[in-house]
Amino acid sequence: MKLKKEFLVIKLVLKVAFLLSLFSLTGCASLSIEPWVKPYERQNLADPIMRLSRHPIANMHVAHVLEAREASRGADASGGGGCGCN
Amino acid sequence: MLQEGVVVVVIKPTVRLLILWLLSAISTVSEAAVLEADRADVLYHSYEGGGMKIDGPAILLRKKATEAVAFTAYYYVDTISSASVDVLSTASPYSEERNEGQLGAEYLYDKTIMSFNLRQSDEDDFLAQSLSVNVSQDTFGDLTNLSLGFSYGDNEIKRNGDESFLAQSEQYRISAGINQILTRNLTANLRVEAIADEGFLNNPYRTVRFVDTSIPSGVGYQAEIYPQTRNSLATKLSVSYFLPYRAAVFFHYRYFNDSWEIKSTDAELNYRHPIGDEFEIEFKVRYYQQSQAEFYSDLFPYKDAQNYLARDKELSDYDNATFGIGVTYLLPKYLSFENLRSEATLQWDYIDFNYNNFRDPTSDGGVGNESLYGFSANVFRAFVSVNF
Amino acid sequence: MSLKHYYCKVVFTVISLFISINVQALTIGQDAPDFTLKNMQGKNLNLTEQRGNIVLINFWASWCGPCRKEMPILQKLQDKYQELGVEVWGINVEQENQAGKNFLADLNLSFPIFFDQTNKLSKTYQIKAMPTTVIIDRDGVVRYVYLGYQDGYEKKYAKAIKTLIRE
Repeated sequence: MKLKKEFLVIKLVLKVAFLLSLFSLTGCASLSIEPWVKPYERQNLADPIMRLSRHPIANMHVAHVLEAREASRGADASGGGGCGCN
Repeated sequence: MLQEGVVVVVIKPTVRLLILWLLSAISTVSEAAVLEADRADVLYHSYEGGGMKIDGPAILLRKKATEAVAFTAYYYVDTISSASVDVLSTASPYSEERNEGQLGAEYLYDKTIMSFNLRQSDEDDFLAQSLSVNVSQDTFGDLTNLSLGFSYGDNEIKRNGDESFLAQSEQYRISAGINQILTRNLTANLRVEAIADEGFLNNPYRTVRFVDTSIPSGVGYQAEIYPQTRNSLATKLSVSYFLPYRAAVFFHYRYFNDSWEIKSTDAELNYRHPIGDEFEIEFKVRYYQQSQAEFYSDLFPYKDAQNYLARDKELSDYDNATFGIGVTYLLPKYLSFENLRSEATLQWDYIDFNYNNFRDPTSDGGVGNESLYGFSANVFRAFVSVNF
Repeated sequence: MSLKHYYCKVVFTVISLFISINVQALTIGQDAPDFTLKNMQGKNLNLTEQRGNIVLINFWASWCGPCRKEMPILQKLQDKYQELGVEVWGINVEQENQAGKNFLADLNLSFPIFFDQTNKLSKTYQIKAMPTTVIIDRDGVVRYVYLGYQDGYEKKYAKAIKTLIRE
């Protein structure tokens, strides 16, 4: 009913993720995109002060305090992509 | 019927996506990501505001078993003593304790991290158990990280003083995220999460009030009645930027809406500034606002006025603002034991809550005209972290 | 779901099959690009002058966990194989390298460390991962390239070095 819009958004997001995965899966390269930030240029991004999860135990408490008092929920945890070390 | 919709629309394509990712992980073996470092954190937390005082300890442990496998454990306690506005107007102050434990495992294969987490939260009238699975993959020359998460939760609700009362609810969550490195100093993260709840979704003690001219107080009370389902979607954008003099600034924006017609937005700004080699100072500002649930009212015109009735201030039209400050002290190398790096942090958040259509029944003004409720809370966290 | 929507999906999928991120590194079998850099002691060292020796070049940074783990292992390789004609060279790729120098101060490394602050050498060697280890044979030809470092890679390095020694 009302949630059709939400479902369509989820479907769209999943489809986009699916296609992005196809990108990483294919080996054939007629066109190539060079990563514009080289692995040796990741110094600043790897700095601990740039991490959203700098204090994971505190983040969990902050999220709990808010979730208990606010009607909204979801989309809280942060993604990856830090130092790029191998 | 909406729950079936969730299953079909969301779970099937997710499974397909997970399989595709696993295949792509196997097929492109070139470089690898790394699991996070081992750590142990011990925390004391305290919340005081609106007549509630909650405090307790928490502990977090993270240990790699091999370069590809890590385990996490988390334990948290809330000791609650409450004399909040809801409690004062309809009941007597109470105290209780909530215990929470989590166990997690992570598996790294090439550029993919699969993680699995179990959670249980226990208080004498509410037992929540959930399990979640998450897959995260670095792609596009490691500039992009895609993640997909799924979680299932089961809750058992009881009512103190009523042995025969037992209710259930379930929650499904699915989230997708993309983290993108934009420049040497800038990253952005977009995350979407859909949540579906089903079952007994209200509080077994809370009541709504209605105008009742037949009794002296003029106000009658009846139990709240919520829909048996709730579906929501939250979208959050986060941006991190490294400032040239070595500091970090973070901006977050989230939009939320659900099938109860609640819409909310929140925006947050964080600034982290190192001072020398031993200190870090953090500042936080956050603003949150939400619109009311469709079936919410502070005062209904008569008994059984609607099919669904709610007077929970958390479902009202309200906003809050947070101001936070934190200081971290990093123990210098010469005071540290071998490879251990320790740090101690103190954080203080001041949160101001401002309700636009929830009234304080204990204040003056006459029924339906009491002053709008508002309160402020102080939240403290003190913790020590050891990285090894 | 209109024809237009379907058409967009098809186009999108077709494009996606033709785009990928290039993750090829330095080609094995090519001559190692020559360079001259000053080591920490201030001495100029040139790669082609090392012909006759096997050279293991490791590109690293102090902010990279696996790189830090690998350092003592490289020292062990140097200790074990130097007499057999193997040179280990470390190249720090940090644009601001004070943290790198601090890290080195705590270690006692005997092999030369160079600073590629402008990343000119990193670009020439097409560094695609951190760390990257390149093993060059006695004729100056790139023979092995290792992207990243994981426990057990030292065995791979030792095996490669032994193969090149026997040639």
